Amino acid sequence: MPAIEAQRSIEAVWRVEQARLIAGLARMVRDVGFAEDLAQDALVAALEKWPTSGVPDNPGAWLMATAKNRAIDLMRRGANFERKQEELVREVGARMAMEAAQSEHGLGDDLLALIFTCCHPVLGTEARVALTLKLLGGLTTPEIARAFLVSETTMAQRIVRAKQALANAGVPFETPDGSELDERLPAVLEVIYLVFNEGYAATAGEDLIRPGLCEEALRLGRIVAELVPREPEALGLIALLEIQASRTRARVGPEGEPVLLADQDRSRWDPLLIRRGLAALARAEALPAPLGAYGAQAAIAACHARAISAEETDWVRIAALYEALGAIAPSPIVELNRAVAVGMAFGPEPALTLLDAVADEPALARYHLLPSVRGDLLAKLGRDEEARAEFEQAAELAGNERERELLRGRAAECG
Amino acid sequence: MRFMMFMYPELAEENWNPTADDVAEMSRYNEELRKAGMLLSLDGLHPPAEGGRVKFDSAGEKTVTDGPFAEAREVVGGYWLIEARSKEEALEWASRVPGRDCMVEVRRVFEMEDFSEDVQAAAAQEFEGL
Repeated sequence: MPAIEAQRSIEAVWRVEQARLIAGLARMVRDVGFAEDLAQDALVAALEKWPTSGVPDNPGAWLMATAKNRAIDLMRRGANFERKQEELVREVGARMAMEAAQSEHGLGDDLLALIFTCCHPVLGTEARVALTLKLLGGLTTPEIARAFLVSETTMAQRIVRAKQALANAGVPFETPDGSELDERLPAVLEVIYLVFNEGYAATAGEDLIRPGLCEEALRLGRIVAELVPREPEALGLIALLEIQASRTRARVGPEGEPVLLADQDRSRWDPLLIRRGLAALARAEALPAPLGAYGAQAAIAACHARAISAEETDWVRIAALYEALGAIAPSPIVELNRAVAVGMAFGPEPALTLLDAVADEPALARYHLLPSVRGDLLAKLGRDEEARAEFEQAAELAGNERERELLRGRAAECG
Repeated sequence: MRFMMFMYPELAEENWNPTADDVAEMSRYNEELRKAGMLLSLDGLHPPAEGGRVKFDSAGEKTVTDGPFAEAREVVGGYWLIEARSKEEALEWASRVPGRDCMVEVRRVFEMEDFSEDVQAAAAQEFEGL
């Protein structure tokens, strides 16, 4: 096999195997940083051997065996006079012996434990995101740095510190269960959600690595939903992401400008992703536990996805779902969205009443959508003077020129 | 990026009936794909004998034929639609199919960005007309 071709197929094997490899090794050596180093060593060995020997029949097993031998070797060398290390060596040996009995289910467990470790509460959110993309997504440090618009040095430090923090805190490598799982699952889902939104916020002209984050988040979300299929929020999140991703092609216009949901060409929505999103939502709804915040958002997204045209949107249902979402996860932004839905379902007056209730929220003080929505409602009531003032204020607060232009245009329309 | 993996059984149609073991093995593979977050959809197809063909000549004239068909040629037995990060990754997954007497072909799915600008514009126009 020509060297370049061999290298590319080794990289492909690596992409498929690396998360499971790191997870399996972390289970043995109880340190994700060390596990990652071992996995990397195995990759280096593969890059040396496979171009001449060919890719083995079971490349995953080959990489795992190579990494384990390396682990034992390193521990023996570093552990000459340390009894504790000797114990570790014995432990690894015993685990290897037991490994033959390990089931497919066990592999899933390791992967899940790795996800929970990367999203452990001893880490800050940024560190969780970086470590998850590195160890589970298989992104390189430069790729993650580019995706989050920080320097490689910053990102490398963030990842090193995260691994150190896990080791220093003696975080056990395990999947939490029972009430601890309920407590810690939100952090895992939040990381996936943040990765998706980082990609979703990127525009088409940008570095492709950023939109690629959406695919990465979808992959991670699908994995987690498969691993904890009884958790309504894991299903709710993947339902939400599948439906949001279905609009990718329609949400940016030919000039790179954002296209609002109501103005999107719905024939460009991806029916496969909608179908997958609706199926995941149905699975979440079929569970005995009620929908959570992601599930409620997915249900709202599903209302839009089911509507053949913007006019046919079931706004009454969306308004009710926003009310439910506000009860689960109260936030002024949810109330703002609820006001929009109520305006569409029941007219501008009840919507204005809802807006008044959140008008003084500090979180919305500099948020252009508050005056923009209010302007829209006032315009519908024919209160043009007030509407114009709102649109002008919204234009001042808007973050980018395109939106400012749009809002100034609306102000001008108010006579 | 999306890839279609087409399965071409290299068997006579009458031998297409898989054993329970074959099915169990294939289910394990499908489950692995799903658990890796790669699988978008999959289907197995009835043999072509039970299907039909519509042929178009250069003038666009149609001829409809019902199966079975006399000529033996490569026919699709099923497919997987997966989301992979590269063609190599898709090929790696294809090489893990528990196959015997078959061929799995990997083809990248066209996305709008792959088309030239005038084709994209034509497609957009058609959408607007709907």
